[in-house]
Amino acid sequence: MDELSTISTSIQYIVVKLGEERFGINISYVDNIVRMQRMTRVPEVASYIKGVINLRGEVVPVMSTRIKMGLEPDVETSATRIIILKFEQQGYIGFIVDAVNEVVTLNADTIEKVADSNKDDAFVQGVGKSEDGLISILNLNALIDEQI
Amino acid sequence: MDVSQYLDIFLAEAGEHLQSLSDPIMILEQEPENEDTINEIFRAAHSLKGMAGTMGYKNMQNLTHDMENVFSEVRNGNIKIKSDMIDVLFQCLDALEGYTNNIRESSDEGTETNENLIKALNDILNGGTGASKDDAGPAKESAEETKAAAGSSDSADDAWKHIKLGDAETTVLGEALKQGKTPYGLTVKIQESCILKAARAFLVFKAIEELGEVIISDPSTQDIEDEKFDFDFSLIAISEKPLDELITAAKGVSEIENVTGGVLDLDSTEMESDEDEEADNTPAVQETKAESSHEPETVKNAPAPSGAAPAKADKKPAGKPVVNRTVRVDIEKLDVLMNLVSELIIAKNSLVAASGNTEERTNSAITEQVEYLESVTTSLHESVMKVRMVPIESVVSKFPRMIRDLSKKLGKKMELYMSGEDTELDRTVVDEIGDPLMHLLRNSADHGLESAEVRKERGKPEVGSIFLDAYQEGNNVIIEVRDDGNGIDTEAVKAKAIERGVITAEQGDNMSEKEIIDLLFHAGFSTAKVVSDVSGRGVGLDVVKSKIESLSGEVEVKSKLGEGSTWSIRLPLTLAIIQALMVTVGGEKYAISLGSIQTIEDISRDSIKLVENKEVIHLRGSVIPLIDLHTVLDAPRLSDEDPEHLIVVIVKKGDKLAGLVVDELMGQQEVVIKSLGKYINKCKVISGATILGDGEVALILDANVLI
Repeated sequence: MDELSTISTSIQYIVVKLGEERFGINISYVDNIVRMQRMTRVPEVASYIKGVINLRGEVVPVMSTRIKMGLEPDVETSATRIIILKFEQQGYIGFIVDAVNEVVTLNADTIEKVADSNKDDAFVQGVGKSEDGLISILNLNALIDEQI
Repeated sequence: MDVSQYLDIFLAEAGEHLQSLSDPIMILEQEPENEDTINEIFRAAHSLKGMAGTMGYKNMQNLTHDMENVFSEVRNGNIKIKSDMIDVLFQCLDALEGYTNNIRESSDEGTETNENLIKALNDILNGGTGASKDDAGPAKESAEETKAAAGSSDSADDAWKHIKLGDAETTVLGEALKQGKTPYGLTVKIQESCILKAARAFLVFKAIEELGEVIISDPSTQDIEDEKFDFDFSLIAISEKPLDELITAAKGVSEIENVTGGVLDLDSTEMESDEDEEADNTPAVQETKAESSHEPETVKNAPAPSGAAPAKADKKPAGKPVVNRTVRVDIEKLDVLMNLVSELIIAKNSLVAASGNTEERTNSAITEQVEYLESVTTSLHESVMKVRMVPIESVVSKFPRMIRDLSKKLGKKMELYMSGEDTELDRTVVDEIGDPLMHLLRNSADHGLESAEVRKERGKPEVGSIFLDAYQEGNNVIIEVRDDGNGIDTEAVKAKAIERGVITAEQGDNMSEKEIIDLLFHAGFSTAKVVSDVSGRGVGLDVVKSKIESLSGEVEVKSKLGEGSTWSIRLPLTLAIIQALMVTVGGEKYAISLGSIQTIEDISRDSIKLVENKEVIHLRGSVIPLIDLHTVLDAPRLSDEDPEHLIVVIVKKGDKLAGLVVDELMGQQEVVIKSLGKYINKCKVISGATILGDGEVALILDANVLI
């Protein structure tokens, strides 16, 4: 691979599993990956907010990616992880995923934009190809958008 | 000279001086003959002038210079204080404040010269007595200058003559002479009110070193840096410039009272090893020298060299500010410290939890130490809190002036009475509380108090009274704004609310008096029939309320038509760490601030009554509504609930009480309040979260929202 050209256009993604599907999360947002832990439920919030956890002395809200995306509710296993993402505006937010697989580098050219995302696909902004198959790139801003 | 590094000091001190001008002027209006006050004002104006001059703010310097002139006349008894003069002085203060604000924002004073004010001041000067112009001269410092330059050879002015020169210095001086430079001796006297003596001295050194070279100083530079000197110091410098230039440079530094100097005669100076001290000095001078080196006090207290300002020296003890040993600290540094203390308390809590779990007997030593740690962290927290606390005085001190202006503007007679100015609050709260308080005061002045005629008719004293009282109550600070005016006309409020479409007519009929009064806090509500520029634009009380609530405080109004109203603001002492009662509800842990808890009761289910379909209990004569936290928090009900008894936490908000039904009490704990973050701030009853000893997150209930 020509390194010079990949540096400018490639992005690293953390590949997570939700059910059988593989999703990519832009690594520049990722702050931390922690094991599933006890959560404190918060009343009067949206159903996909599972609660808050203590991350190094900070209180961080955690959401169920599955519920938010309209999938089956989470089944906690030993592989379940919380990916802590950091957003400029909202601060730290945790996302529960079934498993964290690997980190891949995808060339921006190889990611196909999803044509005019309708409601079902609002959370996927593109599809990339890796050696193991297709990876749906998550639209993180849509995930934390409370309107959707 | 690059002065940017002193900008902060300048701004801070200018602020203080402005305040110290404002207060006495208020006093002066009441007691025009008060000499202490006049001197105090004179000093503040003089200091401001010096500071502005040093920093190169010419407009500010000019204005303060003229103010100083006026006061020097007042001090000499040539001008009597009149009310219109006070007005002009206050306008000057406003102008000065405008300058400092400009400087704060852009480090430039702006171009406004305030000629009209300067003219007004000069009019006052000229309108004094015919002789005033002639007398002005000696009172001004120019007189002191000439007198000082004349160099009377006694007292402290010539302290520089007694600097002992070592071999090294003599050599340097000799060299300098050969190069055609002149050695000068200077004695600098700093004002006794100066707080940062070392900084002033440093500025003097810096100013002189731009013109020449400082050879030696008494006390040594090290001692001067450490502030180990009284209010004067002497130095010997060599320079190619004339003496006047050096003296002017040194005088340019603010808060320098006087600089004297002369050309150093190497032969007559006392050499350390030499015995020719008496070369041209009389024994009397030697005595002065001995005193000045051993008992600097005598130098300081030496009578002012001339009769120009005898009052100054005599009156000083009365008005002299106490010099505290204080440090100015950036509030951000305190925030960092506070955060660290929070972390420490969390760590301490985990340690307490961990030590509680282990076998008690073997670990008694650990338990002991943990307990000790607990008490230390608590004291540490308290100390840091105290450091952050400032008296509300800094905010309320501007109000008497404001009320005075309002009184003139509105044409009503009123007096402001304040108490509890020394009540302390967290710095961040004090910074924010000014505007809401100002608004409430304006509100009282404008809407509350009636005009003098109406007051007379109603048999009230013509002069209306507004009270501002602050005091501490438990973990809260209460600030009350009270007036003896008309009170709130609930009918007028209701009519207005209906007219504005805030409520419907039917709603209005069913509202209690209290609910109607609460309408005042509704956005876009103003009952003033005429919009004045004092209040009445309808952007007031709702802003007051939201501001206070953002500080975790609350506002309450009590009013009696015809007798006046009381607005009370309740604020928590601290925002970051609270003492809380830990309870469980449906197996989940919650914290309730101890500040809002009245009592904890064991209530039998039989005693619950239904009033308007709501559960209430009777407790010591009052009816208290019950709030089941399981319902509010949507928490699961435990199957092993006690069928007969309920644990009820009675919380209070102002006069209102409510009983919160919980499952279990866990005990009291110091908790650090953490924000839930911007992402989930929907939940009103939860005011934050805290991290428990075992790392678990517990939510903090806001009892105020529930009541």
